[in-house]
Amino acid sequence: MLEIRFHGRGGQGTVVATILLAKAFFRAGYQVQSFPVFGVERRGAPVEAYIRLDREKILTRTNVYTPDHVAVQDRTLLQNVDVTKGLKPGGWILINSHAIPDDVSPFRNFRLAFVDANSIALDHRLGSRTQPIVNTSMIGAFARILEMPPIDSIAEAITEEIVAGYEANIEAARDAYNKVQTVGMIPETG
Amino acid sequence: MKRVVEGSEAVAEAVRLARVNVISAYPITPQTHIVEFLSEYCANGTMDARFLRVESEHSALAALIGTATTGVRSFTATSGQGLALMHELLHWTSGARLPIVMAEVNRALAPGWNIWVDQTDSLAQRDTGWIQLYCEDSQEVLDTIIQAYRLGELVDLPVMVVLDAFFLSHTYEPVDVPDQKLVDDYLPSWEPKFQLDTEKPCAFGPLVTPAFYMEMRHAIAGAMEDALEVFPRVEDEFEKIFDRRYGEIEAVSCNDAEIILVTSGTATSTSRLVVENLRAKGEKVGLLKIKLFRPFPVELVRKVLAPAKKVAVIDRNFSFGASGIFAQEIRAALCNTMKHPPVFGYVAGIGGRDVTADVIEDIYRRAKASDFPEGESVWVGLQEN
Repeated sequence: MLEIRFHGRGGQGTVVATILLAKAFFRAGYQVQSFPVFGVERRGAPVEAYIRLDREKILTRTNVYTPDHVAVQDRTLLQNVDVTKGLKPGGWILINSHAIPDDVSPFRNFRLAFVDANSIALDHRLGSRTQPIVNTSMIGAFARILEMPPIDSIAEAITEEIVAGYEANIEAARDAYNKVQTVGMIPETG
Repeated sequence: MKRVVEGSEAVAEAVRLARVNVISAYPITPQTHIVEFLSEYCANGTMDARFLRVESEHSALAALIGTATTGVRSFTATSGQGLALMHELLHWTSGARLPIVMAEVNRALAPGWNIWVDQTDSLAQRDTGWIQLYCEDSQEVLDTIIQAYRLGELVDLPVMVVLDAFFLSHTYEPVDVPDQKLVDDYLPSWEPKFQLDTEKPCAFGPLVTPAFYMEMRHAIAGAMEDALEVFPRVEDEFEKIFDRRYGEIEAVSCNDAEIILVTSGTATSTSRLVVENLRAKGEKVGLLKIKLFRPFPVELVRKVLAPAKKVAVIDRNFSFGASGIFAQEIRAALCNTMKHPPVFGYVAGIGGRDVTADVIEDIYRRAKASDFPEGESVWVGLQEN
């Protein structure tokens, strides 16, 4: 079983990102579960949402404590949220950023990747400059670094879930799939 | 067709498929999404039903008592404080023998103000004459709501389908949402024995003197006993069409088990995993899931638990001054058998605290390590100081 945690801010479509990814994995033949952090969501406040996937029926019905991978939809979260909390060594951290973070020391023993989801979203007219809608770009990029689910499954999930403007969202996901940059494993020292 | 839906949507889809005529509900977290889905279905024509907006949960159920009395299929959903506010009318529904179905999303009672899972809200209504069914995943929720109409309408009693806050209501997972035609084959339209009808005027709810009241109550008791007989038939019919059944209870690896864990709701699902893992290590552990809580399936429970050496009940609820409520029921079911195992009561997951695999395994280890229960209830996972 794989567990994935998405970090974002209230209003950024973090929960929808995990629903889309869950639907895409289901289309690709996986059993899935997705759910938000259980509580009250406020716009702008840090939020989390989760996905579980497995080839067999998922019996675990608890919160996610030790994710295999994480995605960070807003890099300003890195200042005050420990996005590596519980993350298994070697897990991927995908950050929405135009460049590699100056200080990679918090990511030692993890694999790092980044994608400029803000720019990609704006290129496809998703959201505004202050509030770009980055979630579909993030899952497109995530599908590339995990090498699953197939990007076509992501496109199908977006068509199923997003009623208005699914074409632009699919294009953004495909764009991010192609543009994501992998830094790879951050070594223990150096 | 199987698709990934939220637990709340599974509820709404079941209500749509059951061809419910009237929905009345007042929104309360974590039930809100159910009401949102259903009001949308009513507004956009997905459902040919009336959505009655009301100012409180008390009014929601009062409205349905009216609609069900006219013989139309009626549905509501609530949680926590909302269910508490309905209390008076819960008694009225069963007394009037109205097969209203309710989705009850378990939520902790305030204060302290808490929107997370805790079963005390629904279990506190155990004496109101409602059938109660506890579910562990969204497929079971959808199936059980459809079955609930069949069951309730056969025995003339209301049915509460209970699901955990968030772990079910807000979780997305694959669910087989059946075709309308199959559900129509399974669930015939309701033919009430009595109904308000302007063609045949009659009065409902008159004063009932001691000369008759006792017989009316006895008839409700009889209907509850009938429900025990009818439930498996309702499941037989369901299984024939949908190839799924759940049972009043489900015993997992209990045949040679020395210690049997007793669970309900989503804790059951995680417990299945724990039992699998412990069995792989050679531990003789079993699991008993309680789905049907009212009427309580005493004979079935006795049969599974009597041969065990110990029974460990996990309660996500508490009756102050007594113990966890499932533990009380299990003790009551066993006490009139000649020989029965001691019942260890554990209280866990109160107010949304997580019942993890570690918590469940810890409960098993504690029960294994003690010869006899330390008390009526042991609270697990309390913070120190």
